[in-house]
Amino acid sequence: MTHAATEEEVRFHLAEEPHHPEGSSTMLGFWIYLMSDCLIFAILFATYGVLGGNYAAGPAPRDLFELDLVAVNTTMLLLSSITYGFAMLEMVKGRTRMTLFWLAVTGLFGAAFIGIELYEFTHFIHIGAGPQRSGFLSAFFTLVGTHGLHVTFGIVWLVTLMVQVRRQGLIEANQRRLMCLSLFWHFLDVIWIGVFTFVYLLGMLR
Amino acid sequence: MAVPTTVPVSPIFGRLTLDAFPFHEPILVVTFAVVALGAAALVGALTYFRLWGFLWREWFTSVDHKKIGIMYMVLGLIMFLRGFSDAIMMRLQQAMAFGGSEGYLPAHHYDQVFTAHGVIMIFFVAMPFVTGLMNYVVPLQIGARDVSFPFLNNFSFWMTTAGAIIVMASLFVGEFAQTGWLAFPPLSGLGASPYVGVDYYIWGLQVAGVGTTLSGINLICTILKMRAPGMSLMKMPIFTWTSLCTNVLIVASFPVLTAVLVLLSLDRYIGTNFFTNDFGGNPMMYVNLIWIWGHPEVYILILPLFGVFSEVTATFCGKRLFGYTSMVYATVVITILSYLVWLHHFFTMGSGASVNSFFGITTMIISIPTGAKMFNWLFTMYRGRIRFELPMMWTVAFMLTFVIGGMTGVLLAVPPADFVLHNSLFLVAHFHNVIIGGVLFGSFAAINYWWPKAFGFRLNKFWGLVSFWCWVVGFWAAFAPLYILGLMGVTRRMRVFDDPSLQIWFIIAGAGAALIACGIGAMLLQYAISIWKRAEYRDASGDPWNGRTLEWATSSPPPDYNFAFTPLVHATDAWADMKARNYRRPLAGYRPIHMPSNTGTGVILAGCALVLALALIWYIWWLAALSFIAMIGYAIHHTFNYHRDYNIPADVVTHTEEARTVQLAAVAAQ
Repeated sequence: MTHAATEEEVRFHLAEEPHHPEGSSTMLGFWIYLMSDCLIFAILFATYGVLGGNYAAGPAPRDLFELDLVAVNTTMLLLSSITYGFAMLEMVKGRTRMTLFWLAVTGLFGAAFIGIELYEFTHFIHIGAGPQRSGFLSAFFTLVGTHGLHVTFGIVWLVTLMVQVRRQGLIEANQRRLMCLSLFWHFLDVIWIGVFTFVYLLGMLR
Repeated sequence: MAVPTTVPVSPIFGRLTLDAFPFHEPILVVTFAVVALGAAALVGALTYFRLWGFLWREWFTSVDHKKIGIMYMVLGLIMFLRGFSDAIMMRLQQAMAFGGSEGYLPAHHYDQVFTAHGVIMIFFVAMPFVTGLMNYVVPLQIGARDVSFPFLNNFSFWMTTAGAIIVMASLFVGEFAQTGWLAFPPLSGLGASPYVGVDYYIWGLQVAGVGTTLSGINLICTILKMRAPGMSLMKMPIFTWTSLCTNVLIVASFPVLTAVLVLLSLDRYIGTNFFTNDFGGNPMMYVNLIWIWGHPEVYILILPLFGVFSEVTATFCGKRLFGYTSMVYATVVITILSYLVWLHHFFTMGSGASVNSFFGITTMIISIPTGAKMFNWLFTMYRGRIRFELPMMWTVAFMLTFVIGGMTGVLLAVPPADFVLHNSLFLVAHFHNVIIGGVLFGSFAAINYWWPKAFGFRLNKFWGLVSFWCWVVGFWAAFAPLYILGLMGVTRRMRVFDDPSLQIWFIIAGAGAALIACGIGAMLLQYAISIWKRAEYRDASGDPWNGRTLEWATSSPPPDYNFAFTPLVHATDAWADMKARNYRRPLAGYRPIHMPSNTGTGVILAGCALVLALALIWYIWWLAALSFIAMIGYAIHHTFNYHRDYNIPADVVTHTEEARTVQLAAVAAQ
């Protein structure tokens, strides 16, 4: 093929400005962020795996965990994921008020989860099973506490988004933000299922 | 400094007292006086020439990837001078401290110096250089206007800078860690290191680590989402490929560092038992975790420079890179293998023959893709029309130096040999061999290569050559003796020596370091002279080296928007392809260009993080709470701003591009 021939056919630039919609990379970027966060939890799980049996002559999981309470707590978090799903369904239909309603319900479930977890933590510390007591308890408090901090942060974010949705409506930017929080919220649910299984259920078998 | 072991914590100043300021250390007082005078002169000059507003508007708040890239390089260069002065202090101490002499550095000071040297050189020199290069070059190479998240990019830079400021502050207020650059417990625990040194270390790295992780996410998205149409993955320039792998490594390893440092802080701040020797803690857990980050980190540093060498070799040999596909696969294989070798840093842990064999073999396997790269560069040079410009000279020096560093690495990968050489000066010589020979030589190649693109004029070649020869000869003079000493069993981090027969090697090493100092001096002179005589070195063409990739298709320095029209890519070396097919610049039809606006939010948030870190280091709890609330509050406030972009009007684009047309016509007429 001669140069003259190719010159006719080949274009080296776009004549039109390519439409790069605002936030077109956001969902990918947020996914990658979540995976990096997942890695932090992986390290905390691994640390729990290594240190989780080091009771230092202190209490073991079986002495501490009350599965009934944890079951209630797990229910709170799972329900909050369902209600967040309802909020997203309403968002797709463009119903601002119903979206806000379900977001509020989600936030309340989240707060209930945090409340129960705080109750459990203070109870443990009160009976002398604080994070300083043994390698097992250090790893336990850090893993479960880091998850709890994430949920707390999620609630702050949720409230912020509710204010923004009220003010601006379900504009595209807000929908994108709600999608990100949705990913974050469900991600925490998945992490909690890991915590529930590996820390609480398997802990009772140790 | 006499370190107080139990300092009373006041509610207002925490444990910050007047004793924290090292008035009684002459070396530090003089250093402080010099730094303070320099800073005063700088501030005075900026005020006198009324440059503060300019700096704030055009640089500090800029979300332009090019300016952020340049700021990273400046940060790396400044910190390099600090890290190198630590190095020269160590060489001097070790050359002196023989025959009953204690040298001139007291133990607690010497221990801080070698810790700070490692931390600064890795986190605040090599990382900013690498991140700066990727920031500057990647969007241009893929034909993009900016990165995916321009504000996040600015924020990342300022977090890295805040981390650097924290580490620098430890020089004049309190102390730095005396633990070695990875702060292994139980030495870094509260029992053995009760004062602020390790806390400076932890918070300096945590703050900078946030920036690094976010910039990793940002660049992955940029490379995956913002490529010019037609540029499939296997048509990306090699530097972009190595950047992609590097950023994958960053995102998949820095969270590990964050997590392990959090656990260490919990041990120090609230008394948990992760890495203690009692109550069920396990210090080796820390060593494992930090090297799970630490080994990928080594490849985070070197991979982008492998990309630089590939670009430089292809350009200065005037041919397409030999074995593009194998280069890509080698990079990806190294990326994956870098996660399977961490245990070779502590074969002596005693994990048994099977585990050590596994990690020894995976380590040796890494040399295969690395060797493949080496042959690709060699075969690119073979029968090439090689132009020995400075970037190419640095590349050749890298190939000779790095191969030897790599081979001593393979030696260390053999567990029985490692048991003898572990923690010796042989190891120190090995990793300086690969980091200086690879990362620094690569950064110098890159600076000489892309400087004309960034500023529109070339660097002076004479002083570049002086710097080159001082560096290469100085490097070998400084580190070959350490190989010999290491083989004789001398351990690292020693302050005084008993055996007088060893002294000659340390004196040679010291002379090598002095030669490197001359190399650095020549390099600074090279920059200064080139800036001074920039009219003489002007490159108006935008393509001074006859480049092959898209960054050379635009003007030097590129306009804010990089490309007036988004390029359409048809071949791997897109710009070489365009030139070969007589590409003509479009001269009309410009449209408004959508760009992100500058914002001061990054500076403010990083400032809050800086105050938060300092408050936590000094136990000033009220200030920590206040700055944390301020940071969260301001971040939320920022999310209420929905108008973060603007359009460059079409007539501004037209004006810029017409000036470029005139410029190119002048070049053609010459």
